[in-house]
Amino acid sequence: MKHFVDMYDVSLRYGEDEDGTLALRNATMRVDSGEFVAVVGPSGCGKSTLMKVITGLWSPTRGAVIVDGREVERPLSITGMAFQNPTLLPWRTTLDNVMLPLEIVQPHAAKFRRERTRYEAKARELLALVGLKDFEEKYPWQLSGGMQQRASICRALIHDPSLLMLDEPFGALDMFTREELWLAMQDIWIARRPTVILVTHDLREAVFLADRIFVMSARPGRIIAERTVELARPRALSMTYEPYAVGLVQNLRDHIHGAREAA
Amino acid sequence: MSEIAVPARARRRGKLSRNRAFRRLLPWLVVAAIFLIWQVLVTGLRIESFVLPSPSAIFAAGWQWRGPILENSLQTFFTTAIGFGFAIVFGALAGIAIGSSPLVYDGFYPALVGFNTIPKVAVVPILIIWFGVGSIPAIITAFLLAFFPILVNVATGIATVEPELQDVLRALGASKWQMIRKVGLPRAMPYFFASLKVAITVAFVGSIIAETVGSNSGIGNLMLVASSRFEVPLAFAGLLVTGAMGIAMYAVAGAIEARMTGWATRGNTGLNK
Repeated sequence: MKHFVDMYDVSLRYGEDEDGTLALRNATMRVDSGEFVAVVGPSGCGKSTLMKVITGLWSPTRGAVIVDGREVERPLSITGMAFQNPTLLPWRTTLDNVMLPLEIVQPHAAKFRRERTRYEAKARELLALVGLKDFEEKYPWQLSGGMQQRASICRALIHDPSLLMLDEPFGALDMFTREELWLAMQDIWIARRPTVILVTHDLREAVFLADRIFVMSARPGRIIAERTVELARPRALSMTYEPYAVGLVQNLRDHIHGAREAA
Repeated sequence: MSEIAVPARARRRGKLSRNRAFRRLLPWLVVAAIFLIWQVLVTGLRIESFVLPSPSAIFAAGWQWRGPILENSLQTFFTTAIGFGFAIVFGALAGIAIGSSPLVYDGFYPALVGFNTIPKVAVVPILIIWFGVGSIPAIITAFLLAFFPILVNVATGIATVEPELQDVLRALGASKWQMIRKVGLPRAMPYFFASLKVAITVAFVGSIIAETVGSNSGIGNLMLVASSRFEVPLAFAGLLVTGAMGIAMYAVAGAIEARMTGWATRGNTGLNK
């Protein structure tokens, strides 16, 4: 089977000369189409750098990234991104924030004005899916942190991206909100099946959401382990406390500890 | 102790609204108090009118010369408005260019800072040599003073877009121009409108400086002529009118700011929405 994302032997060094920090070293990772993978690792291991390389925001010093059969040379326009910080635009309502990608990404941008009602319906539908019905006309500062993050995820999804990049999107939320959003995220993924790469430091989160988990070493980051999560979908939160999941979390934790010690 | 129990909230609200009315009145009270003390001191210490005229003498002079004062104030107002208008257009355009392009920034910014440091009063005589005595040097001086704060603020607003937000847009394939239009410009708006308050007041100062140095009309010229004829109360009346106009222009710019960029000042008004 062909891989949707194929990152081959990628190294990235900050700065232009040999003295720059090496953020990634010979990182190799393959993700299938429609797969949900998580990348975990010690803090500062280059997880966010990995995201930027895959989406083409930064080009690797060595190696190559191939997405959807083509080498990535400039920012991909098929990606949706969400970060730890919701980065909503404070001058736009929730609905307008969610619709922002439609004003930029083709073919939507060309017909956005004409078909605004249709797009608006689509955005409302998506917001309802994450429990933000009746908040469409509110401004970001009128929403709680968890609601802002939901809106941010909707913005990442509105243009039906084939690749969804999530950089610790639930990191700044409290435990209850986080678990709620895991469920919402799972529902969305089951309904639309985008390819998702989730960067996180929460191992339970990785086990709950992902099909496959990659473990990165400390900087310079590379992939040191890979685990498949054998849990049926849709998953329930309680599953993360069952022996299989607990064992997996423990195993991942050992790997990360090992990675930190080695550094 | 009162017989009727008033709910704590209602009592607090009553106090709050009285407070608000008082705060609105406060600036007027302060001004009135200053004039009162001034009047008492001048009368009590028998200070000569050509040294420091009393407020009553100033108001009398102002009333007596109301025709010329009005005419010259209007002249200054229009000079300021025209210079300010040009400053908005060119300041905003230059700000967008400098804020969105590191190359333009590196190339032009040092020169602009250098130019801004030159005291504009030193430039006025040169402008008079070039354009003659009249409104044009005053308009240009107003423009020169107001241009820079607008430019710096717009550039700052555009240049300080969060890196993550830039990533979101770049990952969507947004062009440079789309990033400026969708994010840079709206983000720069609070900076822009805040700078208008500063810019309008310095533009006003610029007009008056130019009128004082070389013009035959305007409130600056009126004050110059009044002082040279030892009509000190009239010169002070000119000063008062200048101050009042400055406040009025600042207030208008502030009202526009609050209206246009309410989302950025939600801290003060958000509770009422």
